[in-house]
Amino acid sequence: MHEAWVALRLTLKIAGFATLINLVLGVGLAYFFSRKNFWGKEVLDAILTLPMVMPPTVLGYYLLVVLGQQGFIGQFLKEYFGIHLIFTWQGAVIAASIVSFPLIFKGARAAFESLEPQYEQAAKVLNVSNTAIFFRVTLPLAWRGILAGALLSFARAAGEFGATLMVAGSIQGKTQTLSIAVYEAVQAGQDDTANFLVLLTSVVCMSVLLVSGRLMPGRLARQG
Amino acid sequence: MIKVMVFLLGSLLSLSQTFAANPVVVTVSAASSLTNAFKEMGLVFETKNNNIKIQFNFASSGQLLQQIIKGAPVDVFASADQETMDKAEQLGFIEKKQRKNFASNTLVLIVPKGSKKAPTQLSDLTTSKYQRIAMGLPSSVPVGRYTQLVLEKSGLWQVLESKMIGSQNVRQALDYVARGEVDAGFVYATDVAVSDKVRIAITVPTDKKILYPIAPVLAEVHGDHHEQFIAAQKFITFVNSQAGQTILAKHGFGKP
Repeated sequence: MHEAWVALRLTLKIAGFATLINLVLGVGLAYFFSRKNFWGKEVLDAILTLPMVMPPTVLGYYLLVVLGQQGFIGQFLKEYFGIHLIFTWQGAVIAASIVSFPLIFKGARAAFESLEPQYEQAAKVLNVSNTAIFFRVTLPLAWRGILAGALLSFARAAGEFGATLMVAGSIQGKTQTLSIAVYEAVQAGQDDTANFLVLLTSVVCMSVLLVSGRLMPGRLARQG
Repeated sequence: MIKVMVFLLGSLLSLSQTFAANPVVVTVSAASSLTNAFKEMGLVFETKNNNIKIQFNFASSGQLLQQIIKGAPVDVFASADQETMDKAEQLGFIEKKQRKNFASNTLVLIVPKGSKKAPTQLSDLTTSKYQRIAMGLPSSVPVGRYTQLVLEKSGLWQVLESKMIGSQNVRQALDYVARGEVDAGFVYATDVAVSDKVRIAITVPTDKKILYPIAPVLAEVHGDHHEQFIAAQKFITFVNSQAGQTILAKHGFGKP
């Protein structure tokens, strides 16, 4: 069962990096969306949410075409940095982060929009800089919603299958995550391995859901 | 709400009736490498037998076997190797008296068409010019097993294993090479005709001839559908007939 632990570690690594990327991009964009109004805002919001509803194979194909040897980003990366993303765990991180991005973006936007404005206004009256207001007032007030979104995004990234398989393939120890290892084991008729992997995955998913449920904003309100 | 339910139920019923009035549907599970040849085979067969409809399910032979084991309603099984069919036979899923080899194939090493690199022997793959090589996953894809056997025999497997990118079926390995995502790949000679973006670098001799067996899946495995079983046998007879063999030859398959 050594392979299963390798797959688990890889899954956590890929989902972890994907969530970190999403935390920075998702929270930043969500804050921008909650505070500024601009033309085409809701259309852009829809585009950013698209990965949540689009079939992962469609995303996988987009990524393959854009990041692959013949894609413009793929060619650029290869030419100038010698980076080859297809069939690497970094490629899997990109696939996982795009698929799970909407969960953190939506969660953070809702958290920012539900904040009472008077705290930020008070800070402004006290002549605190905008950056300081964001990090010392806004973020601490919204952190529960953001964290809940981050955990859901982590769970989604950890369970990514379609786009990851297309972009990163299934290389044991390199890109074979839990979900792909399950698929592989079932195809090869290794039901024992599949059973163990499925149990392991269920335990990981349950833990994430339980933790994120504890952090949901609704619970805070009820407790408060 | 109830009205909607009744309407849905009614349309479902009428749908199933249209299906019942339709010809016998035969489900053929065939190895990925047979995709193009069998699609044509199905069309020609249907024009000759308009009371039978052929429905294809293409995947790696290993995956197809697992589907049959798990109870998929399949009538005909055509695999790309003997090993997978042997397993189906041992487990009692196929009619072994009617099992027959119907085609043969060759293992080849391909490179992207525009590639400047051209390996002339398998040991060239060990050089740093070849970073990634595509092959079917040996656990479920026959072409991957053939590849592994050849490389093990020539003592190259240990060196090349870390360069290998496993694919879910032979056509995926073909696609990886066609897109230039890998430097080379192992596929069947017949697959090369499907893509104009790859070319053959080496024809790889295998110890045993690559033979494709076909057999009807036992009717009692998924309920007693006698009509379907007869229709399935008809399709198999057609594959082995002169007309069927001509279609296979047109797609590059050899005689069994």
